[in-house]
Amino acid sequence: MRRRSTFTFSMLCFGFAFLYIPIFSLIFYSFNKSRLATVWGGFSTKWYGELFQNELIIDAALLSLRIAAVTATMAVILGTMAGLALARLGRYRGRTLFAGMVMAPLVMPEVITGLSLLLLFVSLEEMIGWPAGRGATTITIAHITFSMAYVAVIIQSRLSSMDDSLEEAAMDLGSRPFRVLWDVTLPIISPAMVSGWLLSFTLSLDDLVIASFVSGPGSSTLPMVIFSKVRLGVTPDINALATIIILVVSTGVLLAGILMHRQEQRRLRDEQMAYSD
Amino acid sequence: MSGGAHVAVSRKIEAAAEPLQGEVGRIDATGIALAILNRFRNAWRTVLILVPYFWLFLFFLVPFGIVLKISLAEAVIARPPFTPLLEWVDGTVLEIRITFDNFLFLIEDALYWTGYLNSLKLATISTICCLLLGYPMAYAIARASKTMRNIYLMMIILPFWTSFLLRIYAWMGMLNNNGVINNVLSWIGLIDEPIGFMHTEFAVFLGITYSYLPFMILPLYANLERMDLSLHEAAMDLGSRPMRVFFDVTLPLSMPGIIAGSLLVFIPATGEYVIPALLGSPDNLMIGRVLFDEFFSNRDWPVASAVAIVLLFVLVAPIMFFQHYQMKEAEEGKA
Amino acid sequence: MNDQAQSTQYEDRPWLDPKAEPFIEIKGVTKQFGSFTAVKDVDLKIFKGELFALLGGSGCGKTTLLRMLAGFEVPTFGRLIIDGVDMTEVPPYERPVNMMFQSYALFPHMSVEKNIAYGLKHEGINKQEVGDRVAEVIDLVQLGQFAKRKPHQLSGGQRQRVALARALVKRPKVLLLDEPLGALDKKLREQTQFELMNIQDQVGITFVVVTHDQEEAMTLSTRIAVMNRGEIVQIGTPTDIYEYPETRFTADFIGSINMFEGRVVEDKADHVIVKSEEAGCSFYIDHGVSIREDSTVWVAVRPEKIMVDKQAPADGSHNVVSGVVQDVGYFGNHSLYRIELKSGRIVHVSKPNERRSSRRERGVEWDDEVFLSWEASSAVVLTE
Repeated sequence: MRRRSTFTFSMLCFGFAFLYIPIFSLIFYSFNKSRLATVWGGFSTKWYGELFQNELIIDAALLSLRIAAVTATMAVILGTMAGLALARLGRYRGRTLFAGMVMAPLVMPEVITGLSLLLLFVSLEEMIGWPAGRGATTITIAHITFSMAYVAVIIQSRLSSMDDSLEEAAMDLGSRPFRVLWDVTLPIISPAMVSGWLLSFTLSLDDLVIASFVSGPGSSTLPMVIFSKVRLGVTPDINALATIIILVVSTGVLLAGILMHRQEQRRLRDEQMAYSD
Repeated sequence: MSGGAHVAVSRKIEAAAEPLQGEVGRIDATGIALAILNRFRNAWRTVLILVPYFWLFLFFLVPFGIVLKISLAEAVIARPPFTPLLEWVDGTVLEIRITFDNFLFLIEDALYWTGYLNSLKLATISTICCLLLGYPMAYAIARASKTMRNIYLMMIILPFWTSFLLRIYAWMGMLNNNGVINNVLSWIGLIDEPIGFMHTEFAVFLGITYSYLPFMILPLYANLERMDLSLHEAAMDLGSRPMRVFFDVTLPLSMPGIIAGSLLVFIPATGEYVIPALLGSPDNLMIGRVLFDEFFSNRDWPVASAVAIVLLFVLVAPIMFFQHYQMKEAEEGKA
Repeated sequence: MNDQAQSTQYEDRPWLDPKAEPFIEIKGVTKQFGSFTAVKDVDLKIFKGELFALLGGSGCGKTTLLRMLAGFEVPTFGRLIIDGVDMTEVPPYERPVNMMFQSYALFPHMSVEKNIAYGLKHEGINKQEVGDRVAEVIDLVQLGQFAKRKPHQLSGGQRQRVALARALVKRPKVLLLDEPLGALDKKLREQTQFELMNIQDQVGITFVVVTHDQEEAMTLSTRIAVMNRGEIVQIGTPTDIYEYPETRFTADFIGSINMFEGRVVEDKADHVIVKSEEAGCSFYIDHGVSIREDSTVWVAVRPEKIMVDKQAPADGSHNVVSGVVQDVGYFGNHSLYRIELKSGRIVHVSKPNERRSSRRERGVEWDDEVFLSWEASSAVVLTE
């Protein structure tokens, strides 16, 4: 194995360079004094200052965060239910259709999902008067729909690697199925639920295409505002915004990584301790 | 049945109460309460299935029906901008209006089918590029030490957590006429005139490869990491050179990872809108962009719906294949 | 007076008492999964205080039978009665039965104490009593110093004891154990076997153990049911099963045995003579089988019941055959000989190494021509 490692390792380095150089150049130019975004005119943080005065961007960011928080919470609830229904409730009528519906949003092109949801909302409004117009509510519903699919897949795969006899043991010890769910299944899959929440939050925060279809006037999410600005070319205040987002996310991911690493280390130590006494 | 369950419950309670003589009254009441609860034993189960089922049915399946319906309608200048499928004529005759004009229009106008072909071509090339770059990366990660493996994986996933849109935007800064790449090249002295990378097909496929690379690497890694190393040792022990081991053992065994990764790149790339809109030129159309423009610029909902239906048909085979494959994996994971 | 005498007579062997009421009764139970029949028409009576083993290879239906007793599977046909109550369709959480799982199934997010107390939580007992009962079983399985630990901080043996304690604390009428020692290494397994027997003795609960390990079944249990392809092949005490197997399957499955096909030449009330071409000799066996003369039967002799000698024994008409030593395997406490008969059949013989082997004295070795003989009571005639 070691002999081939030169080739694969250089590919790995190349791949990481490919992934990270654009991001680093973006961060680098966010501190550029010049308005011409890619001509270096000295160090400056003025674009950050300008960013925070831009009410359009601030409002859009707040709306996006609000939608993402509601989406993530709802997606975890519905996705966990769907995951449980797929992995734990055996066979029932319509299971195949259900499994198909859970999996499909993962690969469905966004333009199709966006268009079809918009047409649904328009038809519903015509028929029953709800939802009245489009805005944050319709965006949230659309985001929940595709995010819950991701949560369901995460939960399902966690459940299928979980020992079935844990749930049987709880039942054997006198707990009814609902209690078993509450006492045993949910605590054990809770890390998967947290990952599902974070993933849904990110997906919602990131979505442009579906939101463009189902949003209405006055409810522009952050990606929509960014898109309309960058369509016209590179602008330094978006560089600054991108830098902030990248730094926040990286810090979060790094912290999570370190936390997980620590936990793993502690676990290993505990196991060693168990066998030494 | 419920009578039997009641008897069993109270018997069981009695059995548990054997050492607690004199508390029989309380116990019996509990027994009856439990028997009533028994009737609702399976209600939560139904709720667990029905709530997400109903949600997906309403917000995922029904919309497709509506798209199909509108694709068969005529465009009119009204709100909503299409004719109804069913209409009462003179209050007595129910008229069904179906037109295939929209689909015929798609065939007649070269704009659409070149859009589809272009999308498929770009998605295929990008998928192959992702595979050629992603496979060695996944391989190197899977064979790294445990600590390094986690660090590498985090580095692969990190861009995935940051904004997709902003990562495409970063490439605009790289590829511009006065962007990073042109600056570097002219600084070295390789070029006098900037190369026009932006608004080319090359830029689009670079963007797709860049954005979807993690989707290729992760399933491949999962597959390669699981692979039993003793198989390689056995093959080498039997006299195969490392290159042969790779083609005889590793590659065939990693086929599931290759399939999953390729589909995860290919399917969404075909319908991609943001990347061609930001990095491509108006000339090299991709179907996602055609659909978007048809809807927002031309406000022709029926044609946009027809474009969506045809796109869905083009992708239905790979989507079904992906689903079948995912479910098989899920079942096998369980066994 | 007479009754009293009888009940003492059957104290350790309630299954022999015609008047004893079975504690667990399995009546005509069949379990089908689709077209596959996992358990086929099983009838079984288990008595109070027994340590009963279900023994068989993988896929023989023993685990399915256990899971039906626990309530995780409902029989397709038949009834299950525990202590006089029909439990066939009662869900697991309402049965006075607890199970110790093969994987132990300890809740990873709860400490040892919480794991053990879990089953008492919903029983409506006050906190004080829960605490007392948990402390009592923790004491019983000697886990006092580990009470606050989480399962991943325990060794395999400790986990096994937590699983046992968690099931015992519920004071079930029956404790089901699925491969209780399967996950332990050999040394620990022997020690734990005796602990398990001691604990059962102390708590007096009826144990039903599923195992694929015949030694485990023999040392642990009062009685064994040998299962094959969903059916019970034989039920009996370990001695019965080992010394008097009723079928070729049981004889072959339990321990090792030499089996020869033969023909009955004489069948009397007190003895039977079987002539076997496969062995190249005739067998004189001191029990009758009441079968038609000339019919085909099998004769089985355990390796340790065969004597090996370089001289021919005095009485050489029956139960003697000669052969050549092919292999000698030295196992420390005993040696195993592989001897080829004239017919070409290989016979296994084992001999305890009672005396320390000396270098001068030459015992039976490779290529020696030897005589094999056994007593009239050693061989068993099997008809099916």
